[in-house]
Amino acid sequence: MTTNVQPIVSDEAYDVEAIRKQFPILKEQIRGKKLVYLDNAATCHKPQVVIDAISNFYSHDYSNVHRGVHTLSERATKKYEDARKKVQQFINAESSDEIVFLRGTTEAINLVAQTFGKANIGEGDEVLITAMEHHSNIVPWQMLCKESGAVLKVAPINEKGELIFDQFEALISDRTKLVSVVHMSNALGTVNPVKKIIDLAHAKNIPVMLDGAQAIPHLAVDVQELDCDFYAFSGHKLYAPSGIGALYVKREILEKMPPWQGGGDMIRTVTFEKSEYNSIPYRFEAGTPNIVDTVALGTALDFVSEIGIEAIAKHEQALLDYATEKALKIEGMRLIGTAEDKGAILSFVLDKVHPHDIGTMLDHCGIAVRAGHHCAMPVMDFFEVPATARASFAMYNTFEEIDILMDGIENLIEVFG
Amino acid sequence: MFEDLRDLYQEVIFDHNRNPRNFREMEDSNRKVEGFNPLCGDRMTLFLKVEGGIIQDASFQGSGCAISTASASLMTEIVKGMTEKEADEQFEILHKITTSEDEVENLEELGKLAVLAGVREYPARVKCATLPWHTLSAAIENKEASVSTE
Repeated sequence: MTTNVQPIVSDEAYDVEAIRKQFPILKEQIRGKKLVYLDNAATCHKPQVVIDAISNFYSHDYSNVHRGVHTLSERATKKYEDARKKVQQFINAESSDEIVFLRGTTEAINLVAQTFGKANIGEGDEVLITAMEHHSNIVPWQMLCKESGAVLKVAPINEKGELIFDQFEALISDRTKLVSVVHMSNALGTVNPVKKIIDLAHAKNIPVMLDGAQAIPHLAVDVQELDCDFYAFSGHKLYAPSGIGALYVKREILEKMPPWQGGGDMIRTVTFEKSEYNSIPYRFEAGTPNIVDTVALGTALDFVSEIGIEAIAKHEQALLDYATEKALKIEGMRLIGTAEDKGAILSFVLDKVHPHDIGTMLDHCGIAVRAGHHCAMPVMDFFEVPATARASFAMYNTFEEIDILMDGIENLIEVFG
Repeated sequence: MFEDLRDLYQEVIFDHNRNPRNFREMEDSNRKVEGFNPLCGDRMTLFLKVEGGIIQDASFQGSGCAISTASASLMTEIVKGMTEKEADEQFEILHKITTSEDEVENLEELGKLAVLAGVREYPARVKCATLPWHTLSAAIENKEASVSTE
């Protein structure tokens, strides 16, 4: 019953079966069926090396960092700081001092809003975002605007889910103090023309923050080439544990940013009269950090780099093209987000079946997709849908899994008929 | 392919989803309450006409999944002609059906609503079944026209 579309071989050298073997969870059975995990935009699974890195670190190297002179403390500190260097290399930052470890993208955006934002954005000033942002790149700015009297401006999108660039440009004013945009949309898959956005903003001396949560596992990111001022991402969408992420800030900006949380490790000296703050990036890492997950993030970056982000991107793009072609042949299936430049996300609705019913029914075929508003309610409002179903692809997904997904969709359309 | 889902998606549910009963705006309603499930974006508007403590008419509009649509459709059928107290008791029955660990067979005496028992296997979907009933509860509690958005 599936429409006849030939799988495109993404790359002969790309051995997806060898990759799959490294992810133990992919052997799980769900409701008696082989797991088809297509909810990677929410979070992706972890390879054995990352799982082992956590266990090995606790078993052999664990101690607190930046504190003690004993062997384990030095060993733990070295591994923790090695992870910072790995992040620096992964996104090609100039220096590892420009990398702050945080819980994830959301915490990173909140940090920027509460430090850079409070110091630089005042009454009547403007923060410019787009209509395709995740709530995490909306709410922190709303909170800042409420406190400071600044104004949040939102650049519109078109029916394909692309930023309308002329209107974005028109919204930049003398009062714009920061542009914060998503690199790749989690609800639509749209990849924004971030280089063009940055060049435009910089011509008017406006700094730019990029929310890289979705982009980081799918695109090669070079912060120096982009020349962005802030870049935030989460580890858990990049094959690393949940609860760890990183914020890149250009050195000259980071050095001037006031500290965020106070506590140990972020200070140099403390008296009851005053405290002298530590240098960057430690000034922004108060308290004992998430040491083990940070080390495991480093392992995940090694793992991804070994396969190669370009090879992964090519494979995922082939999966997306294949899925899109099949989807367009299914009557009653409508894709939400059809941007020209798009990452491995297939958001869709069916004429007669609500996304939640799609989610439950596909789960019965062992298929995990996301059903809901994807923390992007304004995007749902724009497309006049309460929710969408979303299949999102990772390095370990296969063409066969897309066939299973499309068969499942065709079957459930029939059942609901 | 979906045989084992029949406990959740029974024919009665498909029927009510395809042809929801009392799916209309009620011009002479004296209670109107919006129900919203922010988790999934489902929205419904419930209309009641209550006279002398009796629910004379009940209808709804909105967009939702098969479970919430069927639940709302069944609800409007069931509560018509009931007193407000009786309608409230039905909510308790539904609550029991959707969360109880008792065998479904033992719940048959609970009537039409037993078709919703399948959701207990799907904790994320319980709210779909209960949204219309929470909305009804709000309509019953707010006895004055103040719940109307108009």
